Amino acid sequence: MPDVISITVNGASITVPLGTTALAAILSTGASSVRRSVSGAPRGPLCGMGVCFECRATVNHRPHSRTCETLCAPGMDIRTGDHVND
Amino acid sequence: MTSRRASFDTLVVGAGPAGIAAACCAAESGARVGVLDNNPRAGGQIWRGHERSDASPDARRWFGKFTAAKIDFLPSTEVIDQLENGRLIVQSIDASSIDEVRELTYKNLILSTGARELFLPFPGWTLPNVMGAGGLQALVKCGLPIGGKKVIVAGSGPLLLAVAAHLREHGADVRLIAEQAPWHRVARFGMSLAFEKTKLAQAFAIRRQLSGVPYKTSCWPLRANGEEKLESVTLRTGDRTWQEPCDYLACGFHLVPNTELPALLRCDLRAGFVRVDQSQRTSIPNIFAAGELTSIGGVDLSILEGQIAGYGASGQSARAAQLAPQKRRLDRFAALLRETFSLRDELRSLADAETVVCRCEDVTVSRIRHHLSWRASKLHTRCGMGPCQGRICGPATEFLLGWKLDSIRPPIFAASLQSLAVAAAARTEEDLMLNEESR
Repeated sequence: MPDVISITVNGASITVPLGTTALAAILSTGASSVRRSVSGAPRGPLCGMGVCFECRATVNHRPHSRTCETLCAPGMDIRTGDHVND
Repeated sequence: MTSRRASFDTLVVGAGPAGIAAACCAAESGARVGVLDNNPRAGGQIWRGHERSDASPDARRWFGKFTAAKIDFLPSTEVIDQLENGRLIVQSIDASSIDEVRELTYKNLILSTGARELFLPFPGWTLPNVMGAGGLQALVKCGLPIGGKKVIVAGSGPLLLAVAAHLREHGADVRLIAEQAPWHRVARFGMSLAFEKTKLAQAFAIRRQLSGVPYKTSCWPLRANGEEKLESVTLRTGDRTWQEPCDYLACGFHLVPNTELPALLRCDLRAGFVRVDQSQRTSIPNIFAAGELTSIGGVDLSILEGQIAGYGASGQSARAAQLAPQKRRLDRFAALLRETFSLRDELRSLADAETVVCRCEDVTVSRIRHHLSWRASKLHTRCGMGPCQGRICGPATEFLLGWKLDSIRPPIFAASLQSLAVAAAARTEEDLMLNEESR
């Protein structure tokens, strides 16, 4: 069995297998969008490799983090689009 | 304010197959070798998640060497600027050391920054759950559950098959693989694999994994449909147009090289790729390039070019020369890939007037198409001026409108003001020292 770690996504605690990226953790909660575009349209990830910046979210209070390149660490706090100021 | 420094004989940018091979070969000379990658783990896109038991024998062999060799690996690190030849400014993008800026100095540099997928705009391509083919595969490798999800894989290139096989292995219900290239070209490509034993074996393995999945050639997506997320895809083949319900569309139109860093370092480009000589040396004598930066030729060619560059950059040119015949064979394979999966003209008219081209700034086709150049469009519409800095819409407009991309400017990745301040301080310090010397 893989080790699991606890993190929070938009304030809700979840556990994910070790080696999961912040992006995969966000999507595993059932969400498909990570942010709103400048004109308000929902957006999800595109490239999966740190190039397109569509997956950016606030990780440990740091905005605009590329979640596809961020490995989940114990206690990590991830907030997407509409939930940044919750 | 000063930046931390580290010095290397050979520095490698990009830890995919080319970068790993380059670093291992350079390290054989006893040189001090450093490798950096923007990912938290080495392996690049193709060897991502190598620690799993399904890694290819090649991946296992090279990872074994990479771990055993005396190499400094700097994960979650990306180059943002060059101070002068031999001195790069890099920043950390790891959550625990975010924005930490360092100066790395080198005698020889090997660029192996790889390629990204070419994304072409079509109505609905910005809907959540429309992703790159490699993009969805990367996500699944990083923990996205895909079991039972209906997926359509579309676009062009052999990557589509590898992705479809991988997704299916993880329980996805792959409904269709839509390849834009015509059957006669794909068939000829398939026949040529008969002369490449390992590639043929891979092809058969993938064929077995994909039994029962329709593979349609001369077929491409016209439109992605849905409100808040993808619900179905409208596809075309010949005169037939139909709608296919699905959870994900994994769509990429083959690959484009990541040439931002070589362009910043003023390496010559030719037809969009970095120009290199037989020893993988670029137009700048102490800078080498290997892998998909020089041509799209698959993992075997990337490894080989990495070896040649690694030997060449560390004074082992005789060993580099021994690999030349092997490289000529793989170069022919790269040429065949290019011919087989060249993009059809119909794809230029997929986007309608209201289709977004620049996803960062939500700029539509109707706003850019009357401009004459990439630069004019940037200045007037902000197309290409968002956080991705034109990495997605640049190659798309190049294909759609024939624009030539220019004006690479530092920082080549979005950087915080703090990072820029440290970089500026390093520059000022340099100027002060120069003034001191000239006095």
